Amino acid sequence: MSEFTLDDLREIMRASTGVDEGVDLDGDIADVEFDDLGYDSLAVLELCGQVGRRYGVQISDDAASEMPTPARAVEFINTMVAKARV
Amino acid sequence: MVSRPESECGDVVKSIPMPTGKGAVTSTSGTVTDPVVTGIGVLAPTGAGVEAHWHAVLAGKSGISRINRFDPTSYPVRFAGQVPGFAAKDHVPGRLIPQTDHWTHLGLAAAAAALADARIDPAELPEYEMAVVTSSSSGGTEFGQHEMERLYLNGPSWVGAYQSIAWFYAATTGQISIRHGMRGPCGVLCCEQAGGLDALGQARRLLRTGSRLVVSGGTDASLCPYGLVAQLTNGHLSTVEDPARAYLPFDAAASGYLPGEGGAILVLESAAGAAARGMGHGYGIIAGYAAGFDPPPGSDRPPALRRTIERALADADVGPADVDVVFADGAGVPEADLAEARALAEVFGPRGVPVTVPKTLTGRLYGGGAALDVATALLSLCDSVIPHTAGPTHLAAGCEIDLVTDQPRDARLNTALVVARGHGGFNAALVLRRPEADRAEGECG
Repeated sequence: MSEFTLDDLREIMRASTGVDEGVDLDGDIADVEFDDLGYDSLAVLELCGQVGRRYGVQISDDAASEMPTPARAVEFINTMVAKARV
Repeated sequence: MVSRPESECGDVVKSIPMPTGKGAVTSTSGTVTDPVVTGIGVLAPTGAGVEAHWHAVLAGKSGISRINRFDPTSYPVRFAGQVPGFAAKDHVPGRLIPQTDHWTHLGLAAAAAALADARIDPAELPEYEMAVVTSSSSGGTEFGQHEMERLYLNGPSWVGAYQSIAWFYAATTGQISIRHGMRGPCGVLCCEQAGGLDALGQARRLLRTGSRLVVSGGTDASLCPYGLVAQLTNGHLSTVEDPARAYLPFDAAASGYLPGEGGAILVLESAAGAAARGMGHGYGIIAGYAAGFDPPPGSDRPPALRRTIERALADADVGPADVDVVFADGAGVPEADLAEARALAEVFGPRGVPVTVPKTLTGRLYGGGAALDVATALLSLCDSVIPHTAGPTHLAAGCEIDLVTDQPRDARLNTALVVARGHGGFNAALVLRRPEADRAEGECG
């Protein structure tokens, strides 16, 4: 499997939790806090569930606190995916 | 969650004691303590919007059709009232759609419509003085079914995070509160079909204890296999194949009722507050309310409905002769119809007051039903016309009521009574008065 990218995350964000009016997911969102993008902790939890199911990895509920921004989420998810592949 | 104020009282009926006196009430005008309805939002099988609904009701145009939210072929009930042409994306912020059930989508849309109708911009009002109290009977059943399917088909990790908030009875109240920044007292009443009146009763209470505005009423939507199967357990849904003959309250051929989705959200304010905004009495005044609870099955004590009606009239300081029209519950279940007809005949005399059940056009909307009846009754008062009950043709033996059938009946209307009964013993009654007589007809709202 190729690396998990910000675009993969964007697609899952759109499909799973929707997008606030006035938020441009295609913009430079990598380092914008999820909160500022309109994604509360429950939304991040839902994102993690979607990613977990799609990529066959287990992301704990505590992981949400370790991914405050999309860039950190992508980094964390790639770590998880790499671990799962070993 | 708000507990139902009277439900702990067994079959005792009482109106809620109010902190402010009502000594100055007369039968034709409200006092500053009587709330008024300044905004209505309707999403019902009869139409999306107040005007569409009211036109359909007066035309006797039914919103009942074959269920199309799922394939009902293998179910004993295949007809229901469904909101026509509703697309959540037209009414609900994109983020909220996958987080919430269809019933909440309907509630959010109706609330926004009601606030616009009341010319309220919540951003301009103190957030802690705006309250939200809705009625719900089924919760987020359709959403929950979808998540349960994922659970048993795929496993626990497939259940979405939003199930935790979407199914819950208070979800619609909470989402309305969040969307419009209303941080005053919020709650939900779960009293099946009586809940719409109980929510308005609670809203009235909040207006008397510091809230400036209450978004109230209710919606419900449980037209999915899980929801329908749950409803079937009471044995009261009609399996008659002809949608025009399936739900015939008070008729000799009554065979139960059909379900429906939707409801109405109302904006309530104190009469003084509404007047200060130039809204007059809006659509009308909520003049009286009472709730009661039936004795258990097999008891030799009488049902609570008669006393519930009498207490609501007393609370409004009106007598039976002052009531010009009754919007009945009309269960469509022979024994329930007979009990309601008897209660009405005992209070008003045999055929003593016009009675109507416009909900034959929508089916029973559970948590949304009585709120829609209140909206319809207010429109009836405003336009001086009693909408007819489409369907029934021959009153059942013992139902000594003046049921308005065939066509609407013009009448000078000052006071309306709305009656609602919920499965399990809930009874509620609400008295409405038309806006002050110095307002010309057609100026309501």
